[in-house]
Amino acid sequence: MSGILDFFEQHIEIIYLLTFTIFLGFEVISKIPTVLHTPLMSASNAISGVVLIGAILVIRVTDPTDYFALIMATLGIILGTINLVGGFAVTGRMLEMFNKKKRKTR
Amino acid sequence: MNIVLLNGVLFLASILLIIGLRKLSHPDSARNGNTLGAIALALGVLVALVYPLETQNNNYIFIVLGILAGSVIGLLAAKRVPMTAMPEMVSLFNGFGGLSAALISLVWLVNNNSEGSGSDLGIVLLNLFLGLVAFIGSMVAYGKLSGFLKDHHLKIPFSTVVNIVLLVIAIGLLFFLSYNGFLSTPQLALFSVLALVYGIVFVAPIGGADMPVVISTLNSLTGITAAVSGIITDNKLMLLGGVLVGSSGIILTLLMCEAMNRTFVNVIFGSFSSSKGTGAGAEGTAKEINTSDLAIQLAYSQRVCVIPGYGMAVAQAQKVIKEMEELLDDKDVEFKYAIHPVAGRMPGHMNVLLAEANVSYDKLLDLEDANAYLESTDVVIVVGANDVVNPSALDDPSSKIYGMPILDVSKSRSVVVLKRSMNPGYAGIQNPLFFKENAKMLFGDAKKSIELILSELKDV
Repeated sequence: MSGILDFFEQHIEIIYLLTFTIFLGFEVISKIPTVLHTPLMSASNAISGVVLIGAILVIRVTDPTDYFALIMATLGIILGTINLVGGFAVTGRMLEMFNKKKRKTR
Repeated sequence: MNIVLLNGVLFLASILLIIGLRKLSHPDSARNGNTLGAIALALGVLVALVYPLETQNNNYIFIVLGILAGSVIGLLAAKRVPMTAMPEMVSLFNGFGGLSAALISLVWLVNNNSEGSGSDLGIVLLNLFLGLVAFIGSMVAYGKLSGFLKDHHLKIPFSTVVNIVLLVIAIGLLFFLSYNGFLSTPQLALFSVLALVYGIVFVAPIGGADMPVVISTLNSLTGITAAVSGIITDNKLMLLGGVLVGSSGIILTLLMCEAMNRTFVNVIFGSFSSSKGTGAGAEGTAKEINTSDLAIQLAYSQRVCVIPGYGMAVAQAQKVIKEMEELLDDKDVEFKYAIHPVAGRMPGHMNVLLAEANVSYDKLLDLEDANAYLESTDVVIVVGANDVVNPSALDDPSSKIYGMPILDVSKSRSVVVLKRSMNPGYAGIQNPLFFKENAKMLFGDAKKSIELILSELKDV
């Protein structure tokens, strides 16, 4: 139990930030037209590639002789990058399709 | 490097990310939004590369190689994937993100000799758990979407009970293991296996028709993992990005549930198993129509409406439907598409396919507009959709989909259902629509059938 209280005390700033961000998230994306469901999902999927940053931060403090950790962290970087780069690229491709069609018809 | 400057860049990136996501929810600015988001994260990555840390082993060579490899794979995959395979692609990417987050936890533990305060270890274990669940869950979803995992392969007895018990054990273990301030390797392995098993049990029993809900839930889960990873590595941009993804995923999930008139809990636990078909009483003989009669009927209609479903994606019929639209347009027939929010296997699936075939989005009607439009439609063509046009949802309280808002095609003058056979749809529910007075069936592959209609139309 004291562990939980400690946690709150140590991370109070983060907890504030977390709470506000959750509200912000719901506000920002409250009303999405059906056309954009897939692009929004695929873009937000790309944004979860932000874990790449975490993978970079942990590999930078990893002991260079610890091969297991290095391999795992590198794998983390590769996977995070695929998620990030692939996600944005595929969303861009999808949105381009929407725009192209719009110009054609108007 | 100046730490104030770096923090400033990170702050700027956070703002850009919020603006980017905001723009993504409007059709006109969505592309800019996507670009802004990408810029924001690129800035975040740059800052992470040079940010001063306590111990700086850097290991830049591994970072550079990892990013290069990941970029090449990601770009190639993004370029090559056909739009019909988008649900699979999104699941796959999502799973990678989840695994990456789990690996962050693992490496953190190695770096800290598996020691830390109870709350630190608790968060790291939580992240490991969420990351692994997101990973394995996405892989199961991928398997289901690409067809090599069928629902009946994944029958888990008492899945609801197993699900809850596993979750309780996992939470208990998380507190227990983090309490000591040290984790042994077997403990870590046990916890990881538990997370993986839970992930499978979580997704496996959810039926194919509920895939849009599953995909957006898993998406949200990866976002939450990213946010937790942000707490572990003390990076605000990760925290923000993760929470934004988490909330957008939750919003989409709830929208999808609403479109099926079911609660989230019902989708997760009351799994929509495929074998127990209801709809007894839906008996009778379905009338067939042939392509030449249909072509003539279409040519002399004023208003035609297509209702696409997953079957359109399977048959790759979107391009021929667009051709049909053009042909009928020349004959002054008004042609629209009615899109149900849960048609297909992911949110907005039909919109993407039709956009790929260059269908203009002012021709796409959403549920409400479509139902108003259907009242004055001469011919409705249902292409590979089933449950979203099932009238049981309106008038049969014993049906599993009773109460789900549907596209009410009975209001239109006539309905033609393009279908491969009389088998019930993915949800395993018989469809009384086929026996209605105004309905006719056109059996066969949707694409081939429409091609035949096209050649007949050219002669009319």
